Amino acid sequence: MLIDALTERRLDLLQQLRRAQQDMNHLFGRLPLLHQGPFPAVNVWAGVDGALVVARVPGVDPDQIEVTVHQDVVTLRGERSAIPQADGVIVHRRERVEGPFSRSIALPFRVDANGASARFAAGVLTLELPRPTEDKPRQLRIVAG
Amino acid sequence: MTSQAASTAPATEMRNRPTISPPTDIVEMQDSVLMLLDVPGAEADGVSVTLDKNVLTIQARARSTGREGYELVHAEYRDGDYERSFSLSEPVDQENISAVLEHGLLRLTLPKTRAATPKQIPVQAE
Repeated sequence: MLIDALTERRLDLLQQLRRAQQDMNHLFGRLPLLHQGPFPAVNVWAGVDGALVVARVPGVDPDQIEVTVHQDVVTLRGERSAIPQADGVIVHRRERVEGPFSRSIALPFRVDANGASARFAAGVLTLELPRPTEDKPRQLRIVAG
Repeated sequence: MTSQAASTAPATEMRNRPTISPPTDIVEMQDSVLMLLDVPGAEADGVSVTLDKNVLTIQARARSTGREGYELVHAEYRDGDYERSFSLSEPVDQENISAVLEHGLLRLTLPKTRAATPKQIPVQAE
């Protein structure tokens, strides 16, 4: 009798916890802001001959972005304009990151700043960062002897 | 003015890409509502804006990034297409909605209909 009552209570508690979790998921699922990371979001790909850095900078004029490369660190700086504010303007939703930004990304290897190039299209900044020739992994030929 | 529409069934996935809800700013001005949506990687011909009754839906296709033979070593975003719906609580002038895409930022201007513009009623002294 006692055991039954305890089990029942435990089940009830589990159910309540589950319900609380569902509520939380529901709540957080509706807040896209919480899933946002740093601005701009950056992906880095690495290959044998270099790295590819892609930054998403929607709404930023390419002239307003400063890119510097030093050894194995890429730094992006810029500013994103704020939404218009004036008397009588009501802000209903503000999810986009605004204002100045600065990010430094460490690459898995040193890159040749002189051979680097930057491309901008549709709010996406793509950096091609070649590896210095002397740093590239070399395959050794094995000589039979 | 607007609120996120209740989640509807996801659009049919043609290319098995994730659907991303773009971050959005909504600002109401005296005679219009301005919406700003971040859709990096989207081109004008891949963006569709539809207004069905009072539900405004924005969809945008975006190019994939990355390179064949290269390994993704650091990831802060996912490639995917954008989709988001908003229900409008105020009537807008459907014929004059404008959509401009520049540098991956979609700017929608929805003019309010005359009925929704606040009207000042003069009070006369007797």
